[in-house]
Amino acid sequence: MTTRARARRGRLPVVLALPALVGLAFLVVPLAGLLVRAPWSTLGEQLFSGEVGQALTLSLVCASLATLVCLALGVPLAWLLARGDLPGRGVLRALVTVPLVLPPVVGGVALLLVLGRRGIVGQYLDQWFGISLPFTTAGVVLAEAFVAMPFLVISVEGALRGADVRYEEAAATLGASRWLTFRRVTLPSIAPGVVAGTVLCWARALGEFGATITFAGNFPGRTTTMPLAVYLALETDPGAAIVLSIVLLLLSVTVLVSLRDRWIATPT
Amino acid sequence: MTLHAQLVVDRGSFRLDLDLTIAPGQVVALLGPNGAGKTTALRALAGLLPLTSGHIGLDDEVWDRPPASFVSPEHRPIGVVFQDYLLFNRLTALDNVAFGLRARGTPRAQARRRARDWLSTVGLDDHRDARPRALSGGQAQRVALARALATDPGLLLLDEPLAALDASTRVHIRAELGRHLGAYPGHTLLVTHDPLDAMVLADHLVIVEDGAVVQEGPPATVARRPRTDYVAQLVGLNLYRGVAEDTTVVLDAGSGGTLTIAEPATGPVHVAFPPAAVSLHPEHPGGSPRNSWAVTVAGIEQHAHTVRVRLDGTPPVLADVTPATVAELRLTPGMPLHATVKATEITTYPT
Amino acid sequence: MSRSLRAVALFAVAALSLVGCGSGDTGASTEPTTTSESAAPAITGDVNVFAAASLTESFTQLGKDFEKAHPGVKVVFNFAGSSALATQINQGAPADVFASAAPKNMTDVTTTGAITGKPVTFVTNTLEIAVPAGNPAKITGLADFAKPDLKIALCAEQVPCGAAAKKVFQAAGITAAPDTLEQDVKAVLTKVQLDEVDAALVYRTDVKAAGDKVEGIEFPESDKAVNEYPIAVCAKAPNADGARAFVDYVLSDKGRDVLTKAGFGAP
Repeated sequence: MTTRARARRGRLPVVLALPALVGLAFLVVPLAGLLVRAPWSTLGEQLFSGEVGQALTLSLVCASLATLVCLALGVPLAWLLARGDLPGRGVLRALVTVPLVLPPVVGGVALLLVLGRRGIVGQYLDQWFGISLPFTTAGVVLAEAFVAMPFLVISVEGALRGADVRYEEAAATLGASRWLTFRRVTLPSIAPGVVAGTVLCWARALGEFGATITFAGNFPGRTTTMPLAVYLALETDPGAAIVLSIVLLLLSVTVLVSLRDRWIATPT
Repeated sequence: MTLHAQLVVDRGSFRLDLDLTIAPGQVVALLGPNGAGKTTALRALAGLLPLTSGHIGLDDEVWDRPPASFVSPEHRPIGVVFQDYLLFNRLTALDNVAFGLRARGTPRAQARRRARDWLSTVGLDDHRDARPRALSGGQAQRVALARALATDPGLLLLDEPLAALDASTRVHIRAELGRHLGAYPGHTLLVTHDPLDAMVLADHLVIVEDGAVVQEGPPATVARRPRTDYVAQLVGLNLYRGVAEDTTVVLDAGSGGTLTIAEPATGPVHVAFPPAAVSLHPEHPGGSPRNSWAVTVAGIEQHAHTVRVRLDGTPPVLADVTPATVAELRLTPGMPLHATVKATEITTYPT
Repeated sequence: MSRSLRAVALFAVAALSLVGCGSGDTGASTEPTTTSESAAPAITGDVNVFAAASLTESFTQLGKDFEKAHPGVKVVFNFAGSSALATQINQGAPADVFASAAPKNMTDVTTTGAITGKPVTFVTNTLEIAVPAGNPAKITGLADFAKPDLKIALCAEQVPCGAAAKKVFQAAGITAAPDTLEQDVKAVLTKVQLDEVDAALVYRTDVKAAGDKVEGIEFPESDKAVNEYPIAVCAKAPNADGARAFVDYVLSDKGRDVLTKAGFGAP
């Protein structure tokens, strides 16, 4: 055992170690169950069938697009919540986190009521521009962005609050406009928070089911993402469902593991 | 082009009311205890804090005149050296210095060239590509100064620029800073709580206590005639400029005389010793003190538990004595005495 | 896979299968009687009924009536797509009664031994075209389902109503152009109710249940795909007596009444 390991041993009290292990088992065993029950014999043919590829591609594309939408809208929103001088900021912040506590299906219904064909806003989109969002890939992106944005906003807002305002003051005295200060001083200093928020956002968007199926429906190649494919496969062919689940699982784990710790950790 | 300001800032129970005028090329030091309002004044001049009333202007340009006019910091021709330097950690020293130029629209190549020149001026050629974290305190301070001066600001604001340095570095950097300030043509405001900074670097001293000016004037004058206990305590230092040769220092024309110091030095120096190190004798004493000269009592002031005696002579000197000594010597203005200072009590600073 | 991990996984699966319906000794006979309920032993407790989504309104009514007839009993429903229910039962969910919208799903649970005895077909259901109130897109028949510019909702093929829809389109020689394939018939109905789609294929009973919000349009090919609904008592039913009593009630005249009113056909 190395010196470091020897120093660490005995640091974690048993009273914490035990629940920690139980917690770990709780999270890991179901995933192990997937691997145990996988139809390894038919894995090959199922994996490379057209449907899996289609659902996977759609999932990746939509999750990434949704994350871009969240970044474009979420970072400014986080800035507003952290630095803006609005009167009702507390209420605003609570509203922003509503999609977190809302059951995703309810979120989907809400989106339908607003952006559906007869929705409050959607009806004008339909009448004036001929744009109809339900049952389209754009609808998937929207539904995913709706449920995933709070993760990004909360993460970035936290980072902004912790950022040192004095550096921004220094930049101002050097003649930097507010936008330049944000770009070259603030953003780099909150980068870890933004990265962490983006990762959470992407992961959430990838796994989204309820809002997607309610708002965007289900149609292979257009709106059938991996979670939907898994759910439907479960109806007839649990083996296929397990295969799809494993693919999704491996994909997520790969992405998360490849994100090195230091990109997400706050700088000391 | 004079900088004139009437700084009135209300912050809760604290009120700053300060009039300030800085002539081009002049270094004004704002001196005072913590909480006096010095940093508030500096931030108001920088535009980081709006005035409650009053005005700030550089000749005809109005920077702040509530309620109507307010120019934000990025539009004021200022350069600020912050107490913690606040160098941008993810940029190299060169990029830090070039930041202000780039922000104001200078093309990249030109900005980098100017930045390189400035880093040369402050003696950091080799550290161009270093990150702030890799620099020592003194080096970081120099980068901060270069960064502030690179844009040729009209007003240079220094917020306790030497406070973060250890004692030996401070001496060295102070001298350098003095040189740069001498070369800088703009207006300078130096905020500090260290009287030595003020005495060495400033042309004009403004002493602030509780948000108001208690005394102002040239450093020597303020030191010789403190108006309050605090000022006396603060600037009660005998400070002279002179030229050293081995252990003898010939003081400049303003004060005159010679002093013997303990450690050899060469060239232009500052010498300083506290009033408490001065002994007064009715006649020339025998014994070890090498520094002994004739003085005349010019004034006597009671301060807390000591009495400060102003003495004319070559050089003139302040002495702190006990009331008992006053009685014993029967000190009265005009009385001739001898002042002595031990060479070991004199501190020497290269200029 | 490490031994301990495998052991834990197997333990977890075994634990689950101990609960509720699993393969094992045969339960009591599930042959129901068609007479009205006899003076059976008093039943108490909860009866867990897993029923296809299309049975929602009618079974809810039957449940209320059953509770009135048997005070002290509570009927707890789990309405979902038949295939989802079948999977749950096979995985050991504690169901007393299973009523599915197609024989296929009932077969799925019979082959694993979760049902023993013979399931009984108690109603039939046919498809009907559903359009939003007022028929804004002026749908006339099945042929409209092939129009790409209309918004169409169908059940996914894996679900009984989707399988029936497929048969019907084949019989009519029409290639449908759906915009969404929902996972159960109620989800399809919701889309129609919200006027998000112009037309959908749902069960006649669903059209009836939706009332004013939805209009129904009959079509000739509907009798090409008649869904038979079987019902059965689970082998490992926690409340076997209650289960049997409920099934008897469903098959009784009173039960038949409610189901016919809802739009179901006779078996």
